[in-house]
Amino acid sequence: MATALEPRGKRRIKRPRWIKEPFNREARAGYLFILPWIIGFLVFTLGAMIYSLVISFTNYDLSTNTAAPVGFSNYERLLEDPKVMTSLGNTLYYAVLSVPLEICFALLLAYLLHRIPDRGAGVFRVIYYLPKMTPSVAAASIFLLLLNGNSGAINTFLGWFGIDGPQWLIDPTWMKPSIILIGLWSVSGTMLILLAALKNVPKDLYEAAALDGAGAVRQFFSVTVPMISNALFFCTIVLTIAALQIFDQAFLLFYRDTTNAAPDAALFVGVYLFQQAFQQFNMGFAAAIAWLLFVIILLVTVVQVRFGNKLVYYEGGRS
Amino acid sequence: MASVVNSQPQALAESNPDNRSAAAKSRTSPWYKPRGIIGQTVLWALLIGFSILFLYPFVWLLSATFKPREDVFDNRLIPETWVFDNYVQVWEQLPLLSWLGNSFTIALLAAGLVTISSSIVAFGFAYFRFPFRNLLFGLVLGTMMLPGAVTLIPQYLIWKDLGFLGTNVPLWGANLFGSAFYIFLQRQFFLGLPRDIFEAARIDGCSYFGLFRRIALPLSIPSFIIVFVFEFQASWTNLQAPLVYLNFGQPSEYTVPLGISYAMSLFSPTSGGEADYQYVMTAALLVTLPMLILFAIGQRYFIEGLAGQGRKG
Repeated sequence: MATALEPRGKRRIKRPRWIKEPFNREARAGYLFILPWIIGFLVFTLGAMIYSLVISFTNYDLSTNTAAPVGFSNYERLLEDPKVMTSLGNTLYYAVLSVPLEICFALLLAYLLHRIPDRGAGVFRVIYYLPKMTPSVAAASIFLLLLNGNSGAINTFLGWFGIDGPQWLIDPTWMKPSIILIGLWSVSGTMLILLAALKNVPKDLYEAAALDGAGAVRQFFSVTVPMISNALFFCTIVLTIAALQIFDQAFLLFYRDTTNAAPDAALFVGVYLFQQAFQQFNMGFAAAIAWLLFVIILLVTVVQVRFGNKLVYYEGGRS
Repeated sequence: MASVVNSQPQALAESNPDNRSAAAKSRTSPWYKPRGIIGQTVLWALLIGFSILFLYPFVWLLSATFKPREDVFDNRLIPETWVFDNYVQVWEQLPLLSWLGNSFTIALLAAGLVTISSSIVAFGFAYFRFPFRNLLFGLVLGTMMLPGAVTLIPQYLIWKDLGFLGTNVPLWGANLFGSAFYIFLQRQFFLGLPRDIFEAARIDGCSYFGLFRRIALPLSIPSFIIVFVFEFQASWTNLQAPLVYLNFGQPSEYTVPLGISYAMSLFSPTSGGEADYQYVMTAALLVTLPMLILFAIGQRYFIEGLAGQGRKG
């Protein structure tokens, strides 16, 4: 009977089965399987976000467990507190410098590994990946001494070339570059993603380019980079989101001790957020900082996606 | 026979477009072409140079653990005077065994739970068809983009309201509900399995959960190992969460990263103590070793899993 109602001469549209029977046995089983995620999402993501929004409009004090609504005053304080602006500036400085440097360095390493046979590459891949396995505390304690201005290995190395190395961890100008340097040491996660992308570039493209007379450099920029632009784009977004939240190294090297006031030169938003929430116990204000950080990350990501989609080459058209 | 096939000249294999296996091989094998003696020398020099750069801090750390206090800033890789007392001192002054035990328990729970829960959820998204499936999966991907710093405070308050503050439950509890990145990873893997085998099992009377436990699970051991090692490493090296949830307890309740951070303060001159960096270095080495051992065992899966990710697509 149902078929009689359909217009003649038109092809029957095949509908998914669940439109006829939305909550059949299979659908119910599916929901049961994804139930853990649904609970987690409702509590720890959606619930947490709403909770944090509510708190940001109160003066929630962790030490006394009291909260009174204060309207927008936490958000007004974002504009007035000079440390917010300082930490924001530092964070953007760090992200703008560290992300391109990490991408370039990771690409260089991946390219080198790509150019040697797999058997030899295995050893180097393991060596290059070791820093990623090192807990950030261990890395920070190592670099605490390697970056020592007077006798650290890095300044000794610079000394061989007649360069008088700076006081990395004391001079405010060099505090952020120190953290960038440590980040470069453990860039291998990005390296592996780019290496996988390099392996996927069809070999015949290089042969065609070589026939057209393209040298190694030309091939790199005209074949390799466009073909892996998708992976480069992905790494840029992930690294930017991570860079805007930088915490571990800055906290360990400079803001571990609450008694010892380090200069604000490496005070990042993530660090200030932590200080306000868990050292000053101003949860309400900290929640407002978190929302500011969220909005910034969202804006940066949206801008990157819009610009990136123009630059990225997608095999088989845009998805 | 196989050796005969493999030994045929590369040029011949490539000139034959119908030889699919040779074409596939040339596609996936690295683009490798010796480019003269100078190019090769530069290539290998760079590779070895970077290896030294990456390994030097480890070698230096190892040597620092054998140096007396006054030599710890010394850049010699072989200590002038060998000292073994650092290990004894660290063992006596810091509850290293408790830290390692705590971290191990937490990492094992976190990694084990997230591996199981994520793969159950991933199977739900991969196999079943139900209303709003794509919308919900879009939400999963969306949460991957959500910065952890943003949910740190509310999650802390949720755990506080639930009464789990000062315990290690917040450090693994949320893993019961799966994690977006791993759900995505496992789903990709499940989608790669042929649907026919599941349909055949259904016809044979296998339950939905049986499909997961008897078919999907045994076939996805490699992706299990990847997720487990990933999360174990993430949990082992996590500093911020233990700092938030365990900082106010006894030092013996700390995890490894929190413990080292505590040792850095304890032995640093700014907090009034002596600058006993040799102890910090020794502790740092001792807590890095388990990770390096795990990496040595799992690196094949780990690196292949990460680097091989794009190859399926």
